[in-house]
Amino acid sequence: MNPLQPRAPLPSQVVKDDEGSLVAAAKGGDITAFETLVGRYERKIFRLAQNITQNREDAEDVMQESFLKSYQHLGEFQGNSRFYTWLVRIAVNQALMKLRKRRPNQISLDEEIDTGEDTMPREVEDWGPSPEDRYEQTELGGILNSTIAELDPPFRIVFQLRDIEELSTEETAEALGLSIPAVKSRLLRARLKLRQKLNRYFHRGENS
Amino acid sequence: MNCKNIVKELSNYLEEALEPSLKSSIEQHLNNCDDCRIVVDTTKQTIQIFCNSEPAPLPEDTRLRLRDALFKHLSHIRAGNRP
Repeated sequence: MNPLQPRAPLPSQVVKDDEGSLVAAAKGGDITAFETLVGRYERKIFRLAQNITQNREDAEDVMQESFLKSYQHLGEFQGNSRFYTWLVRIAVNQALMKLRKRRPNQISLDEEIDTGEDTMPREVEDWGPSPEDRYEQTELGGILNSTIAELDPPFRIVFQLRDIEELSTEETAEALGLSIPAVKSRLLRARLKLRQKLNRYFHRGENS
Repeated sequence: MNCKNIVKELSNYLEEALEPSLKSSIEQHLNNCDDCRIVVDTTKQTIQIFCNSEPAPLPEDTRLRLRDALFKHLSHIRAGNRP
């Protein structure tokens, strides 16, 4: 859970009470139950895959493969975490494989990254009224997608898992094979970079 | 406490994962430093905007291809073995 409270959860973020029973039914062969889970998470998994791969065709493949794989391996899901968290981990693995295939020399998630001096924020300006009030949802969605696309993969993926999918630092580290300090330093850099990039849209005076 | 330390502790501060004494010295600094206050506020907003954003509906053709793939796969499994 992201601790930036208070905030009313959106419908998609509410862990529905029936997730456990749907998973149990799907494990028992109830295909409708599995289809309900797919319908519940397909949009989020597609966005996750798009944000990681930055390619629509790959994202579609990743989404399909993730749901099929999750069904195949449902018997191995122990219920120690949320089903969604487990599904996200499958999708991240699929997406990273696509990304590495497409750009084999560019993707090394665990290389040392200097997160030192250049994290000092520039362009310090107050933002105007809430961006969520200033922009239509579709327009805001477009701004967020293009902004996150500008981040390098190691930062983009950590931010995606921690601040969009709301995995814990430990879950993110495990899913990506990174140390906890590495997740934290990448997350800080990603947050600051995104803040700076969003500043050009949201600073006071623009559209306010 | 200086501006550089604020940046270093920014995530911990936003995640409320700081000891009370460190938290209060950060807050003291924020009361006196407009630049740091703005960085903290706008970083917090950045996280919230992304976190609150709803994913767009799937494009119809994408949704249909997903349904098709699932249908084929699940029918195959139904005919043979279960997960």
